[in-house]
Amino acid sequence: MPDVLIIGAGPAGLAAARAARRVGAAVTLLDASDELGGQYWRHLPASRPAERENLLHHGWSTFTALRAELEADTGCTIVRGANVWAIETREGRPGAVFVVVGEPDGANREQRVFEPDALVIATGAYDRTLPFPGWELPGVFTAGAAQALAKGERVAIGSRVLVAGAGPFLLPVAASLAATGSTVVGVYEANRVKALMAGWLPKPWQVLRAAKKGGELGGYVLNHLQHRIPYRLGTAVVRAEGTDRVESVTLASVDALWAPIPGTERTVAVDAVCVGHGFTPRLELAIAAGCALDGDDFVGVDEQQQTSIPSVYAAGEITGIGGVDAALAEGEIAGHVAAGGSVLDAALRPAVAHRRTYRSFGRRIEDAHGVRAGWRGWLTDDTVVCRCEEVTYGALRGAATATGGESLRSIKLASRAGLGICQGRVCGRTVEDVLDSLSPGHSDGPRSAAEDRVRTDRRPIALPLRLGELADEPTLS
Amino acid sequence: MSPFLLPASSDPIRPAGGGAGGGGGIRIEVDGLAVDGLAGQTIAGVLLGSGTLAWRTTSKNARPRGVFCGIGVCYDCLVVVNGQRDVRACQRRAADGDAVSTQYDVLPVVAEGPGDAPTATSAPHAEGDARA
Ligand SMILES: Cc1cc2nc3c(=O)[nH]c(=O)nc-3n(C[C@H](O)[C@H](O)[C@H](O)COP(=O)(O)OP(=O)(O)OC[C@H]3O[C@@H](n4cnc5c(N)ncnc54)[C@H](O)[C@@H]3O)c2cc1C
Ligand code: FES
Repeated sequence: MPDVLIIGAGPAGLAAARAARRVGAAVTLLDASDELGGQYWRHLPASRPAERENLLHHGWSTFTALRAELEADTGCTIVRGANVWAIETREGRPGAVFVVVGEPDGANREQRVFEPDALVIATGAYDRTLPFPGWELPGVFTAGAAQALAKGERVAIGSRVLVAGAGPFLLPVAASLAATGSTVVGVYEANRVKALMAGWLPKPWQVLRAAKKGGELGGYVLNHLQHRIPYRLGTAVVRAEGTDRVESVTLASVDALWAPIPGTERTVAVDAVCVGHGFTPRLELAIAAGCALDGDDFVGVDEQQQTSIPSVYAAGEITGIGGVDAALAEGEIAGHVAAGGSVLDAALRPAVAHRRTYRSFGRRIEDAHGVRAGWRGWLTDDTVVCRCEEVTYGALRGAATATGGESLRSIKLASRAGLGICQGRVCGRTVEDVLDSLSPGHSDGPRSAAEDRVRTDRRPIALPLRLGELADEPTLS
Repeated sequence: MSPFLLPASSDPIRPAGGGAGGGGGIRIEVDGLAVDGLAGQTIAGVLLGSGTLAWRTTSKNARPRGVFCGIGVCYDCLVVVNGQRDVRACQRRAADGDAVSTQYDVLPVVAEGPGDAPTATSAPHAEGDARA
């Protein structure tokens, strides 16, 4: 009976745990959070349960059923507050997995090491927010932050909130804000109708109908959304204004490549704005485990959800942005195969079919909403690009010129962009884009065939730790 | 014109124990001032819920920051909790009686002239904290 270790208890990890248990493996499920559900099913904590939590979620009963089954199952060990910070690379099988267990950023946390027979990595994704002048002002949030605070705290980021960026995710964010008492002044999608039509739906607002079918939003929010909140296409936030906090944002019409069109600017008073231009996979652990990335910088997997390392599987948003249903299907397949089942087993047929459907849906979304190069048109020389080290676009370009734009490493060392405490999680892809655009032939570029090309997702330690914790002897679990 | 906590009494999802007079109230101290919150809220949740938008001060430009990503990725929300530095306020749940102070790590002042070691008024991540 194999030991299967699963990292991440979002939709993908939960589905993997259940499937692996059904095949009969001993399962350990780790998550950094003290609540299960991941980003999608983020909810009020156990100390503050809500009677009608289901109103805020799609498929809430799917989640509660998964959680109940796993919590009741003695063959499934759930470790909450488990921060995985390193995985060894081992040829041909999973390496040791290093974990600190305890309060977030706490001291003297318990150290544990796991040596599983099979590993499923389901670490999900986080918002990618492109920089714009003023995005470092308090009151500017990622779209995911607005969502996480609304769902996980019932805190509204402001009373007059503007939602902007790209992708269908902006709509549930607007809905959650409305359900948390904010007035949403508008949802602004950078892409135009033509791109959306080519990519996904003849009418983007049909997503609202799909949401209605799920019935989770509650009639009044839906009403509010459909009737009161403007949804505008081909429009982007190009600037946020304010002294010590955001007071207004400037919108501009953008062309098909997201370049702002001169003369179309208008300013809107807000007390908060949330912006998201898609998602970035949390790749560091998969990279540490030795898993090869695909051409789009997601974890590459085969039909069995196996990565380039035998017995190491990946599922959910780290393998591509496909939404919750893709994550559930992939997780189920990964868990089933990791536990010794076959992808051809009859029990997996529905999951395999779902994966096909939702992956292609995900691809259409990416085609329709993916980041377009013209966004750099709203940057100014003094726009902060790296928030941690406060490196501006001008400084970054200067560093690229000074170093001859040869490699990501040199531009980072010269400018300090991406070297701050978030380890380039927020600005990494942006710094890569800027360098790729300034000098397309550089040694870490998208066209470089170098196996060891440096991308910003390569981080030696996946979570910042305290020195004392590194020195402690871990216990083998 | 600030972030706010939706009162339980007007919340369509009907959370338990919320609101003034309800159960589950906690009190923390932020830079010496008492701030009320609810059990289970993160420190960022308590701060935002009380209308505070920013608390950290950046090292280079001394600019205010608060929550940006909300999910533990960006490190903009760092605070000192009971003497422990560099705690992500959006990740740490507030405990009754927590003493929170806002964080401002001044950049090291590099002395003029060759050979002089840099000095720091308050070096980031001092006291044995390593950030890789
Ligand atoms: C803030 C946010 C809110 C979102 N809200 C919605 C929404 O409302 N609707 C929607 O359609 N989509 C939403 N999404 C998109 C969402 O990512 C997917 O729909 C879905 O959650 C993906 O599932 P997953 O299982 O792949 O990953 P996730 O749900 O992201 O789960 C990954 C889990 O891995 C854990 N983890 C990561 N790294 C480590 C580590 N080193 N150690 C231990 N644990 C770790 C995390 O704590 C997390 O629980 C949101 C995304 C974000 C970032
Ligand atoms: S707000 Fe990003 S880490 Fe807390």
